[in-house]
Amino acid sequence: MKKVNYRNLSSQLSILSLAILLAFSTFTFAQESGDVVAGESLFKANCAACHKLDKKGVGPALRGVADKYDRDWLYKWIKDSQGLIKSGDSKAATIFAENNNSVMTSFPGLSNEDIDNILAYSSQPKPAPKVPATVSVADNGDNGINQNIIIGALALVFLLLVIMFYLVSKTLKNLKIASGQEIESESRLPLWKAFVQNQFLMLVSSIFMLLVAAYFMFGFFMQIGIDQGYAPVQPIHYSHKIHAGDNKIDCNYCHSSARKSKTSGIPSLNVCMNCHKNISEYTGPEDLAKGYTTEFYNDQIAKLYDAVGWDVDDQSYTGEEKPVKWIRIHNLPDFVYFNHSQHVTVAGVECQTCHGPVEEMEILEQHSPLTMRWCIDCHKETNVDIKGNDYYEKIHKELSKKYGVERVTAADMGGRECGKCHY
Amino acid sequence: MKITNMKNSINIAVFIIISMSLTSCFNKKTPNYRYMPNMYTSVSLETNGEHEILPNEQVNILPVEGTISRGWKPYDYENTIEGKALATAELKNPLEVTDKNLEQGKELYTIYCGVCHGDKGDGQGILVKREKFLGIPSYADKGRNITDGSIYHAMMYGLNSMGSHASQTDEKDRWQITMHVLDLKASLNGEPLWSDTQKESMMASEDEMSENKSSEEETTSEEQH
Repeated sequence: MKKVNYRNLSSQLSILSLAILLAFSTFTFAQESGDVVAGESLFKANCAACHKLDKKGVGPALRGVADKYDRDWLYKWIKDSQGLIKSGDSKAATIFAENNNSVMTSFPGLSNEDIDNILAYSSQPKPAPKVPATVSVADNGDNGINQNIIIGALALVFLLLVIMFYLVSKTLKNLKIASGQEIESESRLPLWKAFVQNQFLMLVSSIFMLLVAAYFMFGFFMQIGIDQGYAPVQPIHYSHKIHAGDNKIDCNYCHSSARKSKTSGIPSLNVCMNCHKNISEYTGPEDLAKGYTTEFYNDQIAKLYDAVGWDVDDQSYTGEEKPVKWIRIHNLPDFVYFNHSQHVTVAGVECQTCHGPVEEMEILEQHSPLTMRWCIDCHKETNVDIKGNDYYEKIHKELSKKYGVERVTAADMGGRECGKCHY
Repeated sequence: MKITNMKNSINIAVFIIISMSLTSCFNKKTPNYRYMPNMYTSVSLETNGEHEILPNEQVNILPVEGTISRGWKPYDYENTIEGKALATAELKNPLEVTDKNLEQGKELYTIYCGVCHGDKGDGQGILVKREKFLGIPSYADKGRNITDGSIYHAMMYGLNSMGSHASQTDEKDRWQITMHVLDLKASLNGEPLWSDTQKESMMASEDEMSENKSSEEETTSEEQH
C-alpha cells in the first residue's frame, strides 16, 4: 500500500491561493479608494478610547469633523494639539476649553495619509437605526406564552379528569341504588374504629408518627439562621455573570479590600464608573425568556448614572448622589470573627471555594451554608501552603513533630480553637 | 356517607393549605428566621452599614477634610497638566527592585490593569478584544513618555477614559504595579527588562561602594602602617 500523505493538498492549495488573492485584493482596494476600511481600524486603535462617532466621550463626537475644520489645521491638531494651542490658535483654544481642558494625546506617529483615512471613516453618513427584529421577538414571546398555555392546559385536563371521576363514581352509586343493591358499609365496623381498637397497631403507629414529627422538627430547627440559596432582589440588577464571567474581570478588581482587610467590601460607585464612564450601553446577548433584554440592562446602567450623579450628555458629575442600598447576602453573625485577607492573601483560597460559581450567577445567591461545621470541615481538610514561606516551614516542622502527621492542615494551626473565631 | 365525603374534602383542603404555606416559607428573596437576632447585628457601626446618624445614612464616607486616613499618604501633585508634567519629570519609585515587589506588581497588574491594557501591556486586554473598550494604546507606542511618575500619576487620578484607581490600591501597590509596567514597556520594545537593568546598576553601585570601602580600608590600613 502506498501511503497518501497529502491527500487534501490540492484543496488546501486552492484555499490558500484564494486566501492570498483575497488578502491582496482587499489590500489594493484599501489603498486605492477605500480609506474607510483602513480608517476604521486606525480609528478604533487610536481614537476610540476617547472619541465616539455620534456621542460625546472624553472628547467631542467626531462624525463629520472633516467638514467643520480645515484639513491642514486638523493635521496639526492631531499631531500635536498642545503645540497648536500654545501657538495662539484661537480655534484650538476654544475646543480645549469646551472639553474640560482635557489634553488630547499627540499622535506624531500618524502620517497625513493615515489621518485622511480616519477622516474618511468619520465622514461616513450615520447608518439608519436598525429596525428591531420584530419577528424574532414575537417568536420568543410566543415561547414564553406557550409554556403558560401548556401548564394551563395540563391543569384543565387534570381538573376535567377529577370531575369525570367524581361523576362516574356518583352515577355508579346511583345505578347500584336504582338496581336495588344495598350498600353494606353501614353494617360493617368503620375502619378507624377497628384501628383504635387494635392497641398494638396504635402503639406502633404513634411511635412512628412521633419519630416522623421529631425528624421534621429537627430539620426545621437546624435550618433556622441558615441562608443558603438566599438571593435577594438588589436595587440595581448587577450581573456577576456578565462582569466576572463573560468579561473575566477579576473579583479583586471591584472587591479590592478582600486582599487586605476583614471585609471583602461592597465596591463604591466610583469603581463602577472606572468602566461605565465609557460603557453606557449593553451590547451583549439577550435572554428574552427571563426578560433580560438590552433595554433592561441599559436601564440598570442608567440607574447607576442616576445614583452616582453622572450626566451622560455633558460627560460630567452633577454632584447629586443617591447612595445605592445594596442588600447584604453573606452575613456572619456578629459573634464570629472572619477575616477575608487572611483567607485570600495569606492562605490563597479562591473566592469560588466559599462563594461558589459566582461568575455564572445572573442573580447572586449564597452558595455555602456558612455554618460553623462548614468552616471547621474545610479547616480540617485544607493543607497549609508552606511553599516559599520560611515562617510556615519552621512551624510546619514543629507541628508535624508534635502531632506526628505528614501535612499540617489549617485545623492543626489552630483553625479549630474556639478563641480563634469567637471572642 | 355524604358527611364523610365532606370531611374528606375538608381534610384535603387543609392539607393543601398547609403544604402551600410551608413551601411559601422557603422564599429565596427574603432572609431566613434567626435565633436571637440581636446577636447577629452589633451595636457598633458595621462596615458598609446604614445608620441614621450619618450623612446619607452611609457608613462609607470620605475622611473629614483636613484629615488623613491611616495608611494614606498625601499625594502632592495636582490633577492638572502641569501637575502631570511635574510628576512625569521628577517623581521616582521609592521601592527597592526586589523579586517580591516584582511578583506582587505582576499579580496586581493582572487584577487591575490587565483587563484593558492586556497582560503584555500591548493594549489588547479582554475588554478590548470584546470591544467594550477601544483604542487602548500600547505602552510601546511612539511619542509616549512613560516614566515612574507618569504611571503613578495616571493611577492616582486616571487619564482620559481611564478612571482613578486610587481607591482600590494603596501606595505600595501602585509602586509595585509601576515596576511591572516599566518591565512590560521594555519587553514590548525588545529591550532588556527594566528591573534587570535596575538590579544590575544597583549591583554595580554596591560593588563600587564595596570597592570604595575596601580602598578606604586599604588607605586607612596604609595610614596605620
